Amino acid sequence: MGSDRSKLGFYLLLAPLLLWLVTLIILPHIGLFAVSISEKVGVREYETGLGNYAVFFNEPLYWRTFARTAFMSISTTVLTLLLGFPIAYYIAKLTRGRTKTTLFLMCLIPFWVSELVRTFGWMILLRETGVLSNFLQYTGVIGGPVEFLYNDGAIMVGLVYTSILFMIVPLVTTLDSLDDSLIEAGYDLGGSGFSILREIVIPHAMPGIVSGCIVVFMLSLGNYLTPILLGGKDSLWFTGLIYTQFITRFNWELGSAFGFLLLALSSAVVFLGLKLSRQSLSNTMGR
Amino acid sequence: MKTSLVSMTVLAAALSATTVSAETLRLLTWGGYAPAEVIEMFEAETGHTVEVTTSNNEEMIAKLRATNGGGFDLAQPSQDRIASAQEEFGIYKPIDMSKVEEAQIVPSMLSATATNTTFDGEVYGLPHIWGTSGLIVNKAEAEQVADYTDLCDASVAGKVSYRLKRPTLIGFAYAMGLDPFAAYGDTEAYQGILDKVEEKLVSCKANVKTYWDGGDEIKNLLRSGEVVAAMAWDTGGWQLNADNADITFVAPKSGALGWIDTFALPSRGRADEAAYAWINFVMRPDVASMITNAAGNFTAAVGGDEGVNADLKARYQASFDQAAIDNINWYPPVPAGLETLEGATLDRINAAK
Repeated sequence: MGSDRSKLGFYLLLAPLLLWLVTLIILPHIGLFAVSISEKVGVREYETGLGNYAVFFNEPLYWRTFARTAFMSISTTVLTLLLGFPIAYYIAKLTRGRTKTTLFLMCLIPFWVSELVRTFGWMILLRETGVLSNFLQYTGVIGGPVEFLYNDGAIMVGLVYTSILFMIVPLVTTLDSLDDSLIEAGYDLGGSGFSILREIVIPHAMPGIVSGCIVVFMLSLGNYLTPILLGGKDSLWFTGLIYTQFITRFNWELGSAFGFLLLALSSAVVFLGLKLSRQSLSNTMGR
Repeated sequence: MKTSLVSMTVLAAALSATTVSAETLRLLTWGGYAPAEVIEMFEAETGHTVEVTTSNNEEMIAKLRATNGGGFDLAQPSQDRIASAQEEFGIYKPIDMSKVEEAQIVPSMLSATATNTTFDGEVYGLPHIWGTSGLIVNKAEAEQVADYTDLCDASVAGKVSYRLKRPTLIGFAYAMGLDPFAAYGDTEAYQGILDKVEEKLVSCKANVKTYWDGGDEIKNLLRSGEVVAAMAWDTGGWQLNADNADITFVAPKSGALGWIDTFALPSRGRADEAAYAWINFVMRPDVASMITNAAGNFTAAVGGDEGVNADLKARYQASFDQAAIDNINWYPPVPAGLETLEGATLDRINAAK
């Protein structure tokens, strides 16, 4: 009787999770997959086949955009790590009490407004008649107005800014758990700053680094607003292609196929990253 | 205490009485087509309530397709995009002309729209607002821009903008001396035109500052002076003209592109009564003038231009003399499948370096 009751409790607790997984994730994906393998042959006529996937591999434009998106997302991840690590180290190891809370809060504050507003903020800063261009003209560094928007650099700036918090949070958590005495012991044994970083700090922070990288990579790969708004006429981004297929071309079949390819790509890159860093998903995400 | 309780009961009874006959009209339209004051008047007069969702042609079709024509009670797509959407997705239901006060609508526009929105012998659209796309030019900086292809001129390098959408392909084709509308029915000829336009737009890409997406974005670019010539809607040019006399709408030499936005009933709309009431209400001359003053575009309502403010009329006349009006290329209905060809062309232009 008692075990029956605990079983019932178990299933009741499991129900919301299952409901969420099945109705919001698994069912839509099955539907999307069904759409992606139907080919349009005429008005209101469809056939089952892999033609939509073939379109992707036969049209260089699509897979080049795909590769470009992946490459730029990986670059964003690396850049975010390089920028985020010192910040996280400073917050976790070199500050105490109130200062620490304040610094952490300052990283959070930009995320109180929506991504759209943040991106428009960058547009105001970077545009030809914007703050940066005017400031540089005022100080005499440049002679005339310069356009900083609508290029790959602007996309990178926007992506790094959007995702840096998701790098800092896991890094601070793991670095916090590193005992200071281990670093002191390293110095006592004659280690240099660099060798301590390499032998003690980074190995300890590895799960945080990997989980931060996974989140940042996923966020950049799936980002739509930032590349489109900041990239202007050169903003080729795979999510943008999916949007145009669905909305302006009415080609849901091809759009769904693109969606699945994006899912496969992100899974493959994460798998590869875990293998290269010799971490497991449960080790990085489960902590 | 007691009186307030009584008055509450009366109020509640009155409210429930009105909600029985009143419906909620879910309107899928363009920005500016349903001004707040018009909605207030309509709600006060009929008791129906109006919920507005603003959108554009492509999103309207995509939204209605996703729900098989549900979720909205009245939509306002352009007249050239109705027949093919109906053929492909079946998202609209025919207009019941007995419920429409036809006398309020300009007969020539009513019949032209009816012809273009007919599918399987049924009419699916009524005309509401018409306008054109052409060029918005800052006369102080780029006086020489008189046609779409002038946007590729070296004198305006880096200071022009247009959308990466089908009107751009069609405008450039006309400016290059081609006739895309005549080739609508002939896929091969149309592809030939698209290839020529693609070549032109790829070579023109270096001249473009950015491809704009929304009306506010292009107005912002023109107002700041970052862009001096753009392909855009007439109303945007007239609005900018009110702030800066140098900037105005110019009807291109090869002809402005004319569109008519319509009323169409989504197939699974639930408030047809309110939808027809809205149509008959906004086509009244006084209401039509209010909408023109707010949206900047003229309507298909008989006498709808009488209450329009003089400034807007003056700007309209400055942009369009009789020859320019006669020169407008009106969009014929887009055959199903044509957009796939255009899509591939637009993708290649977007990817070109």
